[in-house]
Amino acid sequence: MQRNKFLIGGLLILAAVVYLIFSSTQASAEYFMTVDELKAEGTSAVNKSVRLSGAVLGDTIQYDASTLTLTFEVAHVPGDNAEIEAQGGLAVVLHEAVTDPSRERIKVQYEGVMPDLLRNEAQAIMTGKLGEDGVFYAEELLLKCPTKYEEAVPEQAATN
Amino acid sequence: MLAEFGFGVLLISFITTIYSGVAAFYGAQNKSGSLVESARRAQLLTFPLLSISAGVLIYMLVNSHFNVAFVYEVTSKSMPTYLKVTAWWGGQAGSLMFWAWLLAAFTSAVTLRKWDRDIEFLPWVIIVSAVTLTFFIGMNLFFENPFTRFWQINGQVIPSMFSPAAGAELFTPQDGNGLNPLLRHPGMVIHPPMLYLGFVSFVVPYAFAIAALITGRTDDRWTRITRRWTLWAWLFLSLGLVLGGRWAYDVLGWGGYWGWDPVEIAAFMPWLTGTAFLHSVMIQEKRGMLKQWNMVLIILTYALVIFGTFLTRSGVLSSVHAFANSPIGPFFMGYVALTLIVSVALLIKRWPELRGETEMKSLLSREALFLFNNLLFMGILIVCFWGVISPLASELFTNTKITVGPPYYERATGPLFAGLLFLMAVAPLSAWGHSTVQTLGKALWKSAAVAAVVTVLSAIFYTQNGYALLGFFLIALVISATTHEFWRGTNARMHVQKENFFTAIGRLMGRNKRRYGGYIIHISMALMAIGILGIEIFQMETQGTIASGESLDLADYRVEYRELASWDDRGAAVNYTRSVVDIYENGIYIGQLYPRIDYYYDSQQNMTIPGQHATLKDDLYILLVDWQPVSSEGATFKVYVNPLVNWLWIGSFTFLFGLIFAAWPDKDPADEPVRRKVSAGSRQTSAAD
Repeated sequence: MQRNKFLIGGLLILAAVVYLIFSSTQASAEYFMTVDELKAEGTSAVNKSVRLSGAVLGDTIQYDASTLTLTFEVAHVPGDNAEIEAQGGLAVVLHEAVTDPSRERIKVQYEGVMPDLLRNEAQAIMTGKLGEDGVFYAEELLLKCPTKYEEAVPEQAATN
Repeated sequence: MLAEFGFGVLLISFITTIYSGVAAFYGAQNKSGSLVESARRAQLLTFPLLSISAGVLIYMLVNSHFNVAFVYEVTSKSMPTYLKVTAWWGGQAGSLMFWAWLLAAFTSAVTLRKWDRDIEFLPWVIIVSAVTLTFFIGMNLFFENPFTRFWQINGQVIPSMFSPAAGAELFTPQDGNGLNPLLRHPGMVIHPPMLYLGFVSFVVPYAFAIAALITGRTDDRWTRITRRWTLWAWLFLSLGLVLGGRWAYDVLGWGGYWGWDPVEIAAFMPWLTGTAFLHSVMIQEKRGMLKQWNMVLIILTYALVIFGTFLTRSGVLSSVHAFANSPIGPFFMGYVALTLIVSVALLIKRWPELRGETEMKSLLSREALFLFNNLLFMGILIVCFWGVISPLASELFTNTKITVGPPYYERATGPLFAGLLFLMAVAPLSAWGHSTVQTLGKALWKSAAVAAVVTVLSAIFYTQNGYALLGFFLIALVISATTHEFWRGTNARMHVQKENFFTAIGRLMGRNKRRYGGYIIHISMALMAIGILGIEIFQMETQGTIASGESLDLADYRVEYRELASWDDRGAAVNYTRSVVDIYENGIYIGQLYPRIDYYYDSQQNMTIPGQHATLKDDLYILLVDWQPVSSEGATFKVYVNPLVNWLWIGSFTFLFGLIFAAWPDKDPADEPVRRKVSAGSRQTSAAD
């Protein structure tokens, strides 16, 4: 009898937690996609919450400070960490993505402060939605720069 | 030469640690006091050895020995000396070594205690710390060696500890990479050590728990010995989390303090289990219940500490937004899995002996409410854990990779945090053993009335947002119920002992530090909740490009742009761009702010320093985003108004005070009389249930 009370209390809390997890996951799930996958899905991906990763093309970065509108293009990079490692590490993969003109590219628009790390061959990790016009509207923009990576070998090595 | 010396000492400390573990094991097996003593001495050696090795590394950091890869990665010539020292934990290899060094210091402190009655624990405590230490030093020696040097051969530079091939020569770069400028903030300088101190001190209660499981001394002796360690561990971990939040607020330039990033959650998860443990361990001490549960919690905390170190180890920013890829990942996971399996096996073996001495009867008794508090903490933990692993899990079960962002965490944890606030108000008023709705209602109704009045007033004067009002109600309930507890205790003393108010409250708190320190912490949590509600629900922002003399309006504030200047600091290799803005509140001039951007030449990176005007009502937070070279064009600003956010920092200080108060040593808690055994009669009734 005593046990049952506690069992029911505990189960109620457990049920509440499971419900919260389930409903919140549904409400805010983001799909990891690469540029290739997003292009392949095309219009069916419109309005789906997507987390997209790509290599920033430095020449395409445009920033309008008066409206805080930032546009740039990203090129396809593999989504899988193991695949990136197999191709020689993030720095190599990003460099190849930027220099290879046959790669799929997508235009990104973001409104807000110009991130300090946005530059050529940075990896952009964006959260947002694909618009009808084929532009990816990012709500969140995060950047990783392989040059700042540990295990970086001094630049002098390249010139030697 | 120096690097080899540092590496050599590190290797010796590795061997010493292994020896201490092995000797302690055989000492315990063969009941050989001298072997255990030898293990203890070996264990005591690890700290000086690691200190020497760390000293060598710090010497090289300070003196810019860029030949060493780690020094090259985290320092540059232009950095001030204190930053070169703190760069020790600014990179992966160094921070793992820092971890090991702290652990050696703590375990040495533990083994130096008086062991008299507890001598049977000693070998096992040594073994657990030795295993942990071996793992971390091993990581340093074999995978993340801070002494690795650059070698040059055939025009190629190769990082390696020793000469990679015949004819290779040492290579020394001109200057180092420099510490990421975002990490050059005072908050960031002390945030990682605090977090690590918290992480490492949780190893001590875990070691005692394992010792208790192995030796079969499963009474509450181990919790009594480690009670203070647990409190300090919790203090450091909490401080680390708060400092990290403050750093993010000051430096990251997004007007927030917590982003539900995997790395933040990694540090938050052991905090959750640790907090649950702190609460449930009191039930074990007072009522002899929840013994099994406490073991589960401390084992989980240890596993999460290692897991958290694995996630946070690689320096904050390179990993802050994604999992870093590193060869040591599988080893960390393997180690976590191994220790979990061993701990759980031991726990299963002792499970029957850890049965509670009584059973819980009343759903509203203090111990039952503590149990619900624990379940809520576990609920938040599960939410967090699911959030972190959701990309992996979804890929495993479906073909798509799904991740969840901050909205997931906010939505899922919000009601659980609200439940915790409610328990915080109610639990201290309920009685041990048995409480009813009537007794609780009688104790609570005055506070509930106060909270209701506060809620009505905020509805009239501040907001009509339902979530905010519910939050304010719970916050007011916690604060009034807890203050009422202080008053009740004081009042009783004033009448019974005939003391004046100050003597009464002083003695009341001084004689029961843990309890009243805990209440202060509860109040501080409520204060922090005010700030969190404020920024989560009421944050406002605007942005725009304005010329000199023009202004931006937000809430009651007007931000008027005056001027801007840009100059170089050659010595520090930084360019400063500093703007001057006038601030008006409701049309009245209240002062000037100086939002600025610092550009670091060595790492080619910007750092945005906001201008902040802080009051209890809100925080005006202005970021300089961009500017035109010719100042006539003007500058771009992003302006936030973060209502009530400063209560978060006020709450943090209150928290710190309460925690230090609770953890302040009086007499050794281990010497306190053991809890009275439950009478045989009541045990029978519970057995008959």
